[in-house]
Amino acid sequence: MSYVDTTAIAINPRARRRRLLRKRFLRRPLAVVGLVVAAAFITAAILAPVVAPYSASATDFNATLAPPFTHGHLLGTDELGRDQLSRIIWGSRASIQAGVFSTLLAIAVAVPIGIIAGYYRGWIDPVIARLTDVLLAFPFLVLAVGLAAILGPSLTNATLALGIGAVPGLIRIARGEALALREEDFVRAAVANGARDASILARHVLPNMLSTLIVQATVTIPAAIIGEAVLSFLGLGVQPPTPSWGVMLSDAQSYVSQAPRLAIFPGIAIFLCSLSFNLLGDGLRDVLDPRTTR
Amino acid sequence: MGGFLLRKVGAALIVLVLASMLVFAGVRAIPGDPALALGAENRDPAVLQAIRHKYGLDKPLPVQYLNWISLAVRGDLGTDERELSVSNTIVQRLPITLELAGLAILIGSLIGIGAGVLAAWRRGKAADYAATTVALVGLSVPHFWLGILMIIYFAVRLHWLPAGGYVPFSTSPVQNLEHMLMPAIVLGTGLSAVLMRQMRSSMLGALGADYVRTARAKGLSELSVIGKHALRNSLITVTTVVGLQLGALISGAVITEQIFVIPGFGRLTIDAVNQRDYALLQGVVLVAAAGYVVVNLLVDVVYSLLNPRIRVSGAAT
Repeated sequence: MSYVDTTAIAINPRARRRRLLRKRFLRRPLAVVGLVVAAAFITAAILAPVVAPYSASATDFNATLAPPFTHGHLLGTDELGRDQLSRIIWGSRASIQAGVFSTLLAIAVAVPIGIIAGYYRGWIDPVIARLTDVLLAFPFLVLAVGLAAILGPSLTNATLALGIGAVPGLIRIARGEALALREEDFVRAAVANGARDASILARHVLPNMLSTLIVQATVTIPAAIIGEAVLSFLGLGVQPPTPSWGVMLSDAQSYVSQAPRLAIFPGIAIFLCSLSFNLLGDGLRDVLDPRTTR
Repeated sequence: MGGFLLRKVGAALIVLVLASMLVFAGVRAIPGDPALALGAENRDPAVLQAIRHKYGLDKPLPVQYLNWISLAVRGDLGTDERELSVSNTIVQRLPITLELAGLAILIGSLIGIGAGVLAAWRRGKAADYAATTVALVGLSVPHFWLGILMIIYFAVRLHWLPAGGYVPFSTSPVQNLEHMLMPAIVLGTGLSAVLMRQMRSSMLGALGADYVRTARAKGLSELSVIGKHALRNSLITVTTVVGLQLGALISGAVITEQIFVIPGFGRLTIDAVNQRDYALLQGVVLVAAAGYVVVNLLVDVVYSLLNPRIRVSGAAT
């Protein structure tokens, strides 16, 4: 036992911290479940051609609106006899794509702006604050609807709109972090050592806000996943016949009395997918930020 | 206080001007010549030129913007494709959405604040975990899907409530509320999840504060400690959250009105896009942005009245 402890001390501090974080994370069952389910959705999206029992557009007119577990369709079929399970699996591509890429886009745009505002302050800070306010003034869906009108409805443009919608919030978070970090001793020491701004920002400020950013990204993804579903539902995102959970819900509206399950399964998929990322995000927050321990 | 107010109003004005420029530029960025759309089948250059002249489209963009905005601040947002006044249409539709939003805020606050207080008070106990888990579920559920489920069960299956539509309050208050109940619940539960989390954390902060310990030491009952001291101070923070949630509320209204076929402001936005009615879209987006800025300015002012510390410490930002 003492032997294990000495190696733990002997290995470098970063590896030790990683090991500690992993241990703390694994002690949170909900967070682990979130990670597993989120990973499953991502895998299903990538491997859709392999995992899905049917193609998303394959119609079976002998089995239209088939109930679950009949005609070899696990979740039944829609009005064109298309396999529901397969469409949900193929539809995960749009959701994951929109969720992940819009978040990455938002971080790529917002973090440098936020860091500049928080680290340099001066005249640039209020200017960025006002510009952020301008973006915030547009309710997200109104912004997305407007962008869809300008750019035309498509998954790419919906992703773009979702990304832009997430930018102002992320700018504020990055600014707040940079504002706090610039007062830290190690940043002051670097300044005193004559380090260039670029290297201070890249080596001291950015790495230290990483855990906040990771947590924020994990909770932005589910919001974007729901956002994609809403936009596709409204006809402003993925265009049929390409499968998407939002498109499936929109189609299902015509069959609420005959086949309400058509409106239930895609919704459960959206719910589970975004819940898994939210659970993961909550767990990561607890693990990475000891201030919020409950 | 005067300086603080002035700074806040000034910032809000700058934001409003920039937002209106963005709306204007955005609508101009939509591909296609508006004169062609207005001229319908007529492609005669002379006619198109006359249309451009009539609507001021032949003037430089800054002049067009100034013309538009100077009319807009006087309440004239121009006419839409059907030659109807955009301002009138918005004024007709807005009260419907305001009623929906008001009911949603009421439902959301009751559930959110109640659950948040309970969770903070019973911290670490079963009630806390239950409330926290329900809030997380509430954040993950797509609310428009919740709306569809409610239509399936309460309207299609049980026939308890109408599946959609709108009856003015003046026509029949009972029917009005019947039509508004499900949409308000859908919109309100979304708000309540956010409020619950905020309320829980600010209550926890308040319960750990010195004044609560003093109140307890004085021998006050738990009810009065929670209700009079901790709750009142936490509510101040939560008021700001409601203001910030206004954007989410408007977004929520857009999709909720779409599902429940309510002819409100949100549905107007979607209609404007689907009908490619850009004058209408421009007006709707401008009003939404202005509403958000004004409400948040009011929230800021109220907040500073309730909490004098912010006037000093918040001055820098």
